[in-house]
Amino acid sequence: MSDQSTNSVAYVRTQDVPPSPPPSTAAGPVKWVMDNLFSSVANGILTVVSFFVIYKILAGALPWMMHGIWKSPSLAECRNILQGESGACFAVLTERWNQLIFGFKYPNDLYWRPALAFFLFFFAAAPVLFFKLPRKMLILTALFPFIAYWLIWGGSIFTPLLALLGFVAGYFVYAKYVTGSFAIGFFGGIAAAIVVWTLGGYIIPDNQVTEGVMRSVPSRDLGGFMLNMMLGVTCVSLSLPIGIALALGRQSSMPLIKYICVIFIEFIRGVPLITLLFVASVMLSYFFPPEATVDLFLRVVIMITIFSAAYIAEVIRGGLAALPKGQYEAGDSLGLDYSQAMRLIILPQALKISIPGIVNVAVGLFKDTTLVSVISMFDLVGMIRGPILASTDWNGVYWELFLFAALLFFIVCYGISQYSQWLERQLATGHR
Amino acid sequence: MTIMTDPPRGSFRLGMLLSDTRYRSITLQAIAAIILAASIAYLANNLASNLSALGLSIDFSFLGAPAGYDINQTLIQYTSQSTNLRAAFVGILNTLLVAFLACVLATVFGVIAGVLRLSNNWLVSKLMAFYVEIFRNIPVLIWIIIIFTIMTAVLPGPRAFRGDNATASMFLDSFAFTNRGIYTPAPIWGAGSMVVVWTFIASIIGVFAYRRYAKNLLFATGRLLPMMWPSIAIFFVPTILMFFIMGQPIGLDYPELKGFNFKGGIKIGAPLIAIWFALSIYTGAFIAENVRAGIQAISKGQTEAAGALGLRTGRITSLIVLPQALRIIIPPLISNYLNITKNSSLAILVGYADVTATLGGITLNQTGRAIECVLLLMLFYLIISLTISGVINVYNNAIKLKER
Repeated sequence: MSDQSTNSVAYVRTQDVPPSPPPSTAAGPVKWVMDNLFSSVANGILTVVSFFVIYKILAGALPWMMHGIWKSPSLAECRNILQGESGACFAVLTERWNQLIFGFKYPNDLYWRPALAFFLFFFAAAPVLFFKLPRKMLILTALFPFIAYWLIWGGSIFTPLLALLGFVAGYFVYAKYVTGSFAIGFFGGIAAAIVVWTLGGYIIPDNQVTEGVMRSVPSRDLGGFMLNMMLGVTCVSLSLPIGIALALGRQSSMPLIKYICVIFIEFIRGVPLITLLFVASVMLSYFFPPEATVDLFLRVVIMITIFSAAYIAEVIRGGLAALPKGQYEAGDSLGLDYSQAMRLIILPQALKISIPGIVNVAVGLFKDTTLVSVISMFDLVGMIRGPILASTDWNGVYWELFLFAALLFFIVCYGISQYSQWLERQLATGHR
Repeated sequence: MTIMTDPPRGSFRLGMLLSDTRYRSITLQAIAAIILAASIAYLANNLASNLSALGLSIDFSFLGAPAGYDINQTLIQYTSQSTNLRAAFVGILNTLLVAFLACVLATVFGVIAGVLRLSNNWLVSKLMAFYVEIFRNIPVLIWIIIIFTIMTAVLPGPRAFRGDNATASMFLDSFAFTNRGIYTPAPIWGAGSMVVVWTFIASIIGVFAYRRYAKNLLFATGRLLPMMWPSIAIFFVPTILMFFIMGQPIGLDYPELKGFNFKGGIKIGAPLIAIWFALSIYTGAFIAENVRAGIQAISKGQTEAAGALGLRTGRITSLIVLPQALRIIIPPLISNYLNITKNSSLAILVGYADVTATLGGITLNQTGRAIECVLLLMLFYLIISLTISGVINVYNNAIKLKER
């Protein structure tokens, strides 16, 4: 057969023809553009409008940024250099960099201290954020609050050292008794810490507080972006345990405790943060003993912590409610008491579910730290609105400053939300 | 088999207050009550001693005293001789005004951005994602200041409209965009205008009645009446007819440049526009995410099932997707409205006279009644919040899937 065909037919192709490339309209960039930008008339119009908007924005912003002046002592000088051309005066950022970051009262020669604390913060936060890092690094995390306090405020080393000692004593008592009963361990730990602090207060002489290696800086001298970071980090970390306690209290079967928590949470969530800051600035000092002087920073920390604790409590309550009832019953049937069931079974799962919500609250809270500028604290926005825009050198340079502030906040908040999405993927164990 | 009975009374020991689950919750609550009472007493004692040391007392009579300051934007009659209470009331109305306006505009922004983010147009969906991320990650405070700066620094002053070679001109000869605010024509209500208004209200009711009739007819007989054109006709025609029958009773008062400023018309001050627009575009980004999540949560099987039943795309959207998506979208939408109301307290930053600026700002500083003012302020916001969350609860109960 095959011989016949070779003889009878003039030409038979023995190889496949290589497939010809698809027409340019059915593949490659043209197809992509047709599919994604001009798939219908309406889409085409939308695309053209979008291109126009993007062009308008870029045409306005790019030359302005490209012609930016980075070195100039004042706005008038800047305009001199530009000679009527459109251009940004970024010199205000380089000139006032330290004020934007540290505030205008923090001593110039001590900038290395908060900078070092900020640097250490990454190492302290890393083991909390990334579970694969060695667990030994948590020691640095535990020490960080005391080191950071000492670095930023300065003063005698005995104050943070004593605070640390109290916590260490409390931890040891807790670890010793927690296997017997959580309540004994918990309250025993608190009692031990208080005993250490009280005794320590007698041992350390008062007049030594302001002496020491590190010059002390009063907290009214804090400012700039540093203040936003400090408020954000402090308040979020303090409000987590309070939020957990409030959420558990709201779920409690004991009516009195439940209603205390409900009223507290609903009250705090019902009022704007700015009224709570008014409370901190004008009202809260009435509620302290007459002889006590609690500075504004601490009062603001208290109010913001309370504020975010209420929101975190609601998020965690959602996590608790989302757990299947079988988890609670399984804990009961194993014979675990309330604190054991919570610590070992319920909370680890509920907190995992709540992570996205907690991160949302944290991002919102960090953005809300700018509100302290309303009660005349000089955070980043306060610095821009106050000392910098009011100075004769830089009166009128709005865009550069506010874009800078917006950029700083965007970097931090976007970073946090990206981290939260990464963490969610890491923690996804399939059954949810 | 044993029968459980209460232990005899005599066997009660003090230790059982903690170890016996029957008594433990009472013990713990008693401890909590004691701690609560003690802390309240401690704080109240501190407050009393601090106040007496300063010679102050809690007293709300300052509310009846003349306020002594002017408010640039008021919805009700107000002079500097009015009482502090009336100033607070002006502030409350201004808060509600800006909150309402911002809720409407934020919903518009949010729905447009949320729907467009799901568009199959790559450029548009990326642009909307950019909008959402930019606005969600930068504090609203910074947005308010930026937009206020745009208002005051970029728009021309009233003097630019003056003279023969004016650098700025009014839009359609009726709208003036100046750095002091936007001037728009104001309606003049002449004699007989109320008849037109009532006709308008009646025609709105008529539209609903017609739609209801058409729906009942559809269910009863299967006959489908046209919906859109009759609705539009009922909405517009009677009102326009009545307007001309009554001899055009509603006129417009156009803003005019007189001296150094515009007179006549309605002035929407720059602070109001800044806070309105900033809150809308900021919260719009959050609403866009809610809308997107709500639409994406409807499983594709629903759309496909509707298509298999022979429904057209428009009907699939209005009858299948939207009713289910709205169930998911509306509760977070209402809580975003709550956020707008609370964030409107930032109006104090740009000098808009909301309740935080009048009661919590000027009145507080002039009278020195910090505690009273802050408490009243909190009470106002608390009432608003509880009302709105009550609405959410009612809605949630109404739309809850009835499972049997």
